[in-house]
Amino acid sequence: MNAPLLAASGISKTFAGKGRRVAALDKASISVARGQTLGLVGPSGSGKSTLARILMRLVEPDAGRIDFDGTDLLALSGEALRTTRKRIQMVFQDPLAAFNPRATVAGALADPLRVHGLLGRRQRPAAIAALLERVGLDPGLASRAIHEISGGQRQRVAIARALATRPDLIVLDEAVSALDVSVRGRILELLVELQRKEGIAYVFVSHDLAVVRAIAHSIAIMDAGTIVERGPTPDVVANPQSATGRALVAAVPRLVVGKSD
Amino acid sequence: MSMQLATLRDLSVLYRSGSTTRPALASVNLDIVAGERLAIIGESGSGKSTLALALAGLLPDNAERTGQIAWPGLGRPPVPGGDIGFVFQDPGSSLNPVLRIGEQIAEVARRHLGLGWRAAHGRALELLARVRIPQPKAALAAYAHELSGGQRQRVAIASAIAAGPRLLIADEPTSALDMVVQAEIVALLDELVRADGMTLLFITHDIALASGFADRLAVFSDARLVEAGTSAEVLARPQNAYTRHLIGSHIDLATPPLIAGATQ
Repeated sequence: MNAPLLAASGISKTFAGKGRRVAALDKASISVARGQTLGLVGPSGSGKSTLARILMRLVEPDAGRIDFDGTDLLALSGEALRTTRKRIQMVFQDPLAAFNPRATVAGALADPLRVHGLLGRRQRPAAIAALLERVGLDPGLASRAIHEISGGQRQRVAIARALATRPDLIVLDEAVSALDVSVRGRILELLVELQRKEGIAYVFVSHDLAVVRAIAHSIAIMDAGTIVERGPTPDVVANPQSATGRALVAAVPRLVVGKSD
Repeated sequence: MSMQLATLRDLSVLYRSGSTTRPALASVNLDIVAGERLAIIGESGSGKSTLALALAGLLPDNAERTGQIAWPGLGRPPVPGGDIGFVFQDPGSSLNPVLRIGEQIAEVARRHLGLGWRAAHGRALELLARVRIPQPKAALAAYAHELSGGQRQRVAIASAIAAGPRLLIADEPTSALDMVVQAEIVALLDELVRADGMTLLFITHDIALASGFADRLAVFSDARLVEAGTSAEVLARPQNAYTRHLIGSHIDLATPPLIAGATQ
């Protein structure tokens, strides 16, 4: 097996709370293969979102190491960090909160291109149209305001924005949790299609084991700041070894045809 | 024959803002049977929350209602908070942040059951134990922000049933919770309504979650009731294309994965 795209090991993080210190992460280790999806699953407060933010260097860990494609990510700063950070992008749960709602779709997509100095002003409209097409949106949507488009369209724009810097890895934090179920399936299909065509790896953070199972090659289960279980998706789902894993499997609602009473 | 608690006839609701109006419910006919667990299924904009607000008499000022809501099971108009308990999606916004948990629940019992403060506090303690708050005595003196999301929702349920309502309306009560806590809250609601003979109106976007315990499902789309029937009928033989689409969109552990070759 090739070296993983990303390997985080021994990541610890403590937040100072009211008169006490709260361990958000305790020696958590995960790895993400190139072009594959790692599902990071756990209950609220398990530390999965903190770990996701640490991978983005939005939060600095107290201890641990992150190797990203042969580079020590936590040792980077300045220009080197900016260059590497382009290759890791993030999509959040609530796309409306992630954007300035008055901004236009084109404006939201121009930001990363400008910040990372990717294209001159003149090439941007064509680049924006191409990004919209890659996520299955009509390029005519570019002039619309973010608050005018639907939740599903907004999440596609968020994915397009993440794609703008041609990342190797996208961290998706509960990215489909706020969507209507009928929209959710199409966004998942889009993610899978982008991965297949462009070889992007995902860290897919969710509390919903069933959704994770549908798109993740491997799963890491978190609880109380530690990774309690990890493995290939079919193994973890069919035969969970941890109490948390068993609780997550049991909690998935199943369509009950013919209710027994 | 089963007794109707409430009947909705040709119920329509419009929201007015400035010179524009938006239909939120269009000509809904639905019976709510006393003692049943009825799930209202729909996605955003379907009208499912408007239905709950209309039943509870909580429609905002810019709403215009036409049609009838009758309460044959009560024989009189319902008293909100007394005959109808309401559990919202976000317990953080329905609980008062500056009142102790015990005071909030006791206040409901005092107002609607005419209990004195002492008896009302006794009732609050009993209810906190019923919704299985750990250390209910200590929780009486706690504030909402000191509890986890799941515990806050348990407190909101205790408060909603404090007056012994005939109808409990739970509007997406688990959407802000993780799935393990969601399963616990649904089991709790199911147990409480069975034990007390309450009628439950459970509003959700998740048809699978509803099908696990509801007697009947009513599916809403675009302000209209598109299909209603027993859970078994609707799931086994959905009559409406939208219902079939919702069932088809469900993802559980038996759904074929979207990726090929889930191992390396």
